[in-house]
Amino acid sequence: MSTAERVDSYPTHWIAGFGVRAGRLLPFGATPVPDGINFAVPSNHATAVTLVLYRRGEAEPLAELPLPDQFRVGGVWAVTVFGVDADTVDYGYRVDGPFQPEAGHRFDPSVVIADPYAKALTGGEEWGVRPRPYEPTRWRSRVVHDDFDWEDDRRPGIAHEDLVVYELHVRGFTRHHSSGVRHPGTFAGLVEKIPYLKELGVNCVELMPVFEFDEFTNSRHDPESGTWWYNYWGYSTVGFFAPKASFAATGAHGLAVDELKNLVKELHRAGIEVILDVVFNHTAEGNEHGPTISFRGLDNHTFYMLTPDGGYHNFSGTGNTVDCNDPVVRGFVLDCLRYWAAEFHVDGFRFDLAAILSRGPDGAVLANPPLVEALANDPVLRDCKLIAEAWDAAGLYQVGTFPGYRRFAEWNGRYRDVLRRFVKGDSGVVGELATRFVGSPDLYGDRAPAASVNFVTAHDGFTLADLVSYNDKHNEANGEGGRDGDDGNHSWNCGVEGPTAIPEVVRLRRRQVRNLLLLLLTSQGVPMLLAGDEVGRTQRGNNNAYCHDSELSWFDWGLVARNNDMFRFTRRALAFRAAHPALRRRAHLVGGQDVTWHGREPGRPDWSGGSRLLAATLSHGDDHVYVAANAHWEDVDVTLPTGFAWRLFADTGRDVVHEPGHEPAVRTPRLNLGPRSVVVLTARPDWPDTERGDGE
Amino acid sequence: MSFAAKSHVWDGTATIRLTGELAAKSAGQFNRVIADVSAQDPHRLVLLLDELTYLSSAGLRSLVYAHQRLGRGVEIVLVGAQPEVAETIRLTGFDRSVVMQEPTGA
Repeated sequence: MSTAERVDSYPTHWIAGFGVRAGRLLPFGATPVPDGINFAVPSNHATAVTLVLYRRGEAEPLAELPLPDQFRVGGVWAVTVFGVDADTVDYGYRVDGPFQPEAGHRFDPSVVIADPYAKALTGGEEWGVRPRPYEPTRWRSRVVHDDFDWEDDRRPGIAHEDLVVYELHVRGFTRHHSSGVRHPGTFAGLVEKIPYLKELGVNCVELMPVFEFDEFTNSRHDPESGTWWYNYWGYSTVGFFAPKASFAATGAHGLAVDELKNLVKELHRAGIEVILDVVFNHTAEGNEHGPTISFRGLDNHTFYMLTPDGGYHNFSGTGNTVDCNDPVVRGFVLDCLRYWAAEFHVDGFRFDLAAILSRGPDGAVLANPPLVEALANDPVLRDCKLIAEAWDAAGLYQVGTFPGYRRFAEWNGRYRDVLRRFVKGDSGVVGELATRFVGSPDLYGDRAPAASVNFVTAHDGFTLADLVSYNDKHNEANGEGGRDGDDGNHSWNCGVEGPTAIPEVVRLRRRQVRNLLLLLLTSQGVPMLLAGDEVGRTQRGNNNAYCHDSELSWFDWGLVARNNDMFRFTRRALAFRAAHPALRRRAHLVGGQDVTWHGREPGRPDWSGGSRLLAATLSHGDDHVYVAANAHWEDVDVTLPTGFAWRLFADTGRDVVHEPGHEPAVRTPRLNLGPRSVVVLTARPDWPDTERGDGE
Repeated sequence: MSFAAKSHVWDGTATIRLTGELAAKSAGQFNRVIADVSAQDPHRLVLLLDELTYLSSAGLRSLVYAHQRLGRGVEIVLVGAQPEVAETIRLTGFDRSVVMQEPTGA
């Protein structure tokens, strides 16, 4: 033996024909080591663990290796197996222990469970292909090499206040035949659409779940139409460390990890950040009637919030709730996010139903939830954006009060609701809209405006086009008798429910969409757009399209040409936002200095209950922006603030939007605001007092 | 299908012709060839791929290994990759790390 050879590269035992030795306890999961693989799996309540190896694609195990007790330290079993090829062998575990549901234990050694730390899973390489029949569970764990060539990839590091988030579903974004990409519905397909995102002007994509999930969770079949209802959205995680293999064109070749990393690298190259929508509040195992995939069989008592009789708490509305503030689970979540931040170079995370992360083991709300504190202060995650969906399915609503340790931004549901109400013409909301418009200092006064992620629409709810086309949800196609989906939409159909050719209604809807977009993109905070809203994507009034893998939920790229005017409007509004620091302030605005409120006359806002007019000048140094929104059905004249050489960027009442930098001068001291319209002006003292070229 | 990798180094250019399937079973063989040629400090590596019929994840990693073993100063040229092999390389972004050529451009 040469002095360079390592002693620990030799087996000390033989089990089931494989040379093995006691493994390293950390990291958990399967890790390639010289001449073999190290397996480490924690369970505080198991009594025995067997490592099960499979030759890829074969039904019967290649070998089963019961791990001797001397390979266990505390609650961690670890073994290094030599001579096993990571490229041809999959694995899983049989875990033994008590089956005592009333005590929270549901061990079942008849089931080979997936490693919760598995960095890739087999069994879901092709979307919509039923599980193979030979396994009680379909998922087998794979070993992954971390050898992707990142080529000096650098995270864009975009300041929070400069961020524009674009929420999209990886499959739905390019699955439609009109997408024109070589591999529709995949990470590679999204790479081909990066030029579109650049042209639009967003600088961050928020990917709906890309962790391995089972599209057959709660799937159903409509015998009348022949339609399959899938779990399309994917809020039902199977593997927290594994990318969804069927989202990769190369998934069948075992290259989903590389393909997703390449997507991140290409987005970064284009200056676009990547935020992952992560679901730690529940898993795909459901309640006691659900499948045993990994957590339940590994350590049910540790991973789930259980009722005193051993049942599952259901704060997520999906059957179970992960006990995120358990110290072991907390470590799991931290390991997971660190992995995605370090190995996939992602720029941030959006936490689904994040209010659950603030609950203790019995469901009680904690003032200082340890998991959230750990995430907020973790050095690996220091530069990551952290965004909370600050509510849960059991009624806990924490918008403005989520205990985020000044690190978490929040989806601002109150912004969404008041903006919708104002634009549809509700009275009594101007005062609150003003507060939301300047970054909700009442909610985030101790932080920054960027703590507020402002949005009008998200995947969950109406699309923007539907918001102005439907009074009511139309979810009959979901097969739940129309009972699913939110009833509080604050939507208005502009006079006709659903599609219409009546010109006045079409024009009004078009204007309302522009009003919403323009107010969103001139608000302080981080704006978020739902993919397709910029071109009028419809779900035909369905506000809960979670189960549709069809044209109902896919991005129809034909809309880009058909509604090019709307695309151009959005693009210009985004460019205008980017051009004006007054709209992207790092700190909260100072009244009278950074923001001045107006009404029909400058400096005289109307906060009365009957008011439907909001107007303000936003100033930052030499940059000034005047925004006036008239939500009334009649027009109104306003006097412009004096001392500025105003130029017109957009007037939705007259269907005008100019190319930023080419706005024409406004030559009158007063403006007429059309019915239900928004006007945006800009002024800079260095501009000559001559009319610029019209960019229209 | 069996795999073969034949190499020669001439005037600073290492040329390796790959035939068959570059997958888990053959990756080690290819890696050894890479180790051999890298010992001769080539400034350019040309891989002739027109007879390579399949590239698995292990095979792709062998290419990444070659890239990292030789260092960034060494240009790697992939010549004549069959469509499926070329597509796998493109979808995982490795085409940015190498030069891909049609056979006539070799």
